[in-house]
Amino acid sequence: MGELLRVEHLRKVYEPATEAIGDLSFTMRAGELLCVVGPSGCGKTTLLKCLAGLLRPTGGVVEMHGAPVTGPSPAMAVVFQEYGRSLYPWLTVRGNVELPLRHKRLSRVERARLVADAVEAVGLAHVARSHPWQLSGGMQQRVAIARALAYEPDVLIMDEPFAAVDAQTRADLEDLVRDLHATRGISIVFVTHDVDEAVYLGERVLVLSGAPTRVRADLPVDLPPERDQRSTRALPRFTELRTQVYEQIQRAKRGQNVAP
Amino acid sequence: MRARLLYPVGLPFLLLVVWALATTSSTNRFFPGPAAILDAFGETWIGPAFVDDVLPSLSRLAIGIVAAIAVGVAAGTLIGLVRWLRELSEPLLEFFRAVPPPVLIPIAMLLLGITDTMKVVVIVSGAVWPILLNTVDGVRATDSVQSETAAAFRLTRWERLRFLVLPAASPRIMTGVRQGLSVALILMVISEMFASSAGLGYRIAYFQRNYLVAEMWSGILLLGLVGVLLAAVFGLVERRVLRWYHGIKEVNRG
Repeated sequence: MGELLRVEHLRKVYEPATEAIGDLSFTMRAGELLCVVGPSGCGKTTLLKCLAGLLRPTGGVVEMHGAPVTGPSPAMAVVFQEYGRSLYPWLTVRGNVELPLRHKRLSRVERARLVADAVEAVGLAHVARSHPWQLSGGMQQRVAIARALAYEPDVLIMDEPFAAVDAQTRADLEDLVRDLHATRGISIVFVTHDVDEAVYLGERVLVLSGAPTRVRADLPVDLPPERDQRSTRALPRFTELRTQVYEQIQRAKRGQNVAP
Repeated sequence: MRARLLYPVGLPFLLLVVWALATTSSTNRFFPGPAAILDAFGETWIGPAFVDDVLPSLSRLAIGIVAAIAVGVAAGTLIGLVRWLRELSEPLLEFFRAVPPPVLIPIAMLLLGITDTMKVVVIVSGAVWPILLNTVDGVRATDSVQSETAAAFRLTRWERLRFLVLPAASPRIMTGVRQGLSVALILMVISEMFASSAGLGYRIAYFQRNYLVAEMWSGILLLGLVGVLLAAVFGLVERRVLRWYHGIKEVNRG
């Protein structure tokens, strides 16, 4: 499969003199599930906003299908960490999912089909007429995922989406992401601070250094594509990979910025 | 269950009884009893006066309120969204809000004459400020993540206004409208007291000048009822528009 996303010498400085991202380069293939981990405060969210075209980088380029990203693109959809503030409480679940489709040139039937399909895919068909605040945190994040799915992006960008939900809900949501990736072949960039989550979900894990951020390690995850919470996490290879990522992050925290 | 029905009715009823008792033993003609006022109420307002005085007053009030909401929300949204416009107009808005609206009546009379338009303009010029200023605050306080979501999904300008900015500001807008309503009612009466030949305010001033005391009190009673009705209609609309807002508050409390 071809190259989807290319990040080259990305640099972001917040005025007056906070260098959030130092020099970041990586590429991503279409259909990949790429997890990005790093110590807290390492500019993960900054990276994500640069990818999504919400922030303008100070230097370097982000390219999507070979064309530079200069603003939010219809080929990308974002799932934010703060689901409670990202969904619109005055709209129903269906209204929230449908909103980004309004300006796409779609027939009414086609639009309704996309919305119904996305709501069904995240398992919320039975509450489509409810308002987000009537649902639990995990269900609200499912609404945000459905909204992104219905948008039909080439790449789904997720910013620590499950950081604010409880462990059981989190496991369910992780499996939902794996499942959507497997059945729909969507490319996903998944930003997280959780090492276990990165290894369990990803096909590749990008470990970032502390700020100013660089790529510290780029590890392929050679676990079988069929994963489940119990058996995958019990595999010796899972433990090995987790240890590797963990050590890289520990070193990043101590500031040993060795070129990979 | 008993308290729910008894309490709201109980105190007004008690006051009426005290009033009735106090007035039967009094000879002061400026304080007629409730029965006399009720008689006067029926004679004065049910009949041609309803068409000549009450309806014109209420229609001017309604037009004034609708215009104040339209102007206040439109201007408030624009000022709230455009930074330089806000910085430019803020001191001026503070000044206009500080001017007591009734002093505009003489000026409006000079400019527009003693017309219906003048009265509506006076109502709007007073009621618009709380609506406008609350709208500015509400629009400015739009949540940053909600705005970023709108940007990420490339919502159009119109969609942002219709589905993000206005609903997000609606609790503040409704607070402004609630304040604007009471100002509008006050100005409706005052605009008719100055120079007028019909209307509720005119009637009350007329009765007072001619020592028709019971009739005057009945007019005040009618104004109070109009105020209560206005609040009730507002409550209905508010509950509908802000259903989500009250729902969230309830969820957070429970």
